[in-house]
Amino acid sequence: MKNSGTFNVTTHGDREIVVTRLFDAPRKLVFDAYTKPELIKRWLLGPNGWSMPVCEVDLRVGGKYRYVWKSDADGHEMGMGGVYREVLPPERIVLTEVFDEAWYPGEAVDTIVLVERTGQTTLTQTILYNSRETRDAVLKSPMQRGMAASYDRLEKFLPSLGSEALSA
Amino acid sequence: MDNLDTTFAALADPTRRAILARLAKGEASVTDLAEPFAMSQPAISKHLKVLERAGLISRGRDAQRRPRRLEARPLRDATHWLENYRQFWEAQFQRLDSLLHDLQAADPKQKRKKRRR
Repeated sequence: MKNSGTFNVTTHGDREIVVTRLFDAPRKLVFDAYTKPELIKRWLLGPNGWSMPVCEVDLRVGGKYRYVWKSDADGHEMGMGGVYREVLPPERIVLTEVFDEAWYPGEAVDTIVLVERTGQTTLTQTILYNSRETRDAVLKSPMQRGMAASYDRLEKFLPSLGSEALSA
Repeated sequence: MDNLDTTFAALADPTRRAILARLAKGEASVTDLAEPFAMSQPAISKHLKVLERAGLISRGRDAQRRPRRLEARPLRDATHWLENYRQFWEAQFQRLDSLLHDLQAADPKQKRKKRRR
């Protein structure tokens, strides 16, 4: 996929993870994909072999959302949810997130900002955790328990880092 | 780890990532490292200092060449953590790419709107 190269994950300050990514679509569509249940269910599925049987969204300040994923293999379920703090279509969403099986302490606050330029949209998603320890634990733990995607080994990863840097 | 921020800050720069990629193939002197980048040696030395402070590289014994070498462990830890996180999200985002593509294909109005802007 040609936009994979625009995807960046980094840390900011002590408590944040910042994700940026470019999409070939106007931001209204990206906003819809992040906020309409029938669209969320088509992409936010976790690794292969998981589905999203529950996706409820009450898109207004103070409104709640709830997501549940399910493993086809063993039926294991994993849920999360939270509250919308800011809803500003089509450019900004702030929401809290708490997992049912708390794999990190407290709730995190997610800020999603969409910037459109010539029909393309840059997503910046900042996840603010309640402490540095929590943020670092999130990065160190396999993503969302049981949903851990396999990752490349260092040897495979480094050459790609290098070619990306040299062609930049 | 206390070092996580230092490590990620060191990795945030494309030149430093390219230096690490070069060192993954074997140790190298500052001159060797400066060569592909069209950068002065002092500029490269600055990057090397950042990498050294983050524990990502060390200096070899040879007093003349002072070759730099990769310290695999902190890098492996940091890249594993970030890469793990990244891969999870990239899988989602690739599906989002397809969805956005389908939505635009299904609704030609979206495309017209885009051009007008």
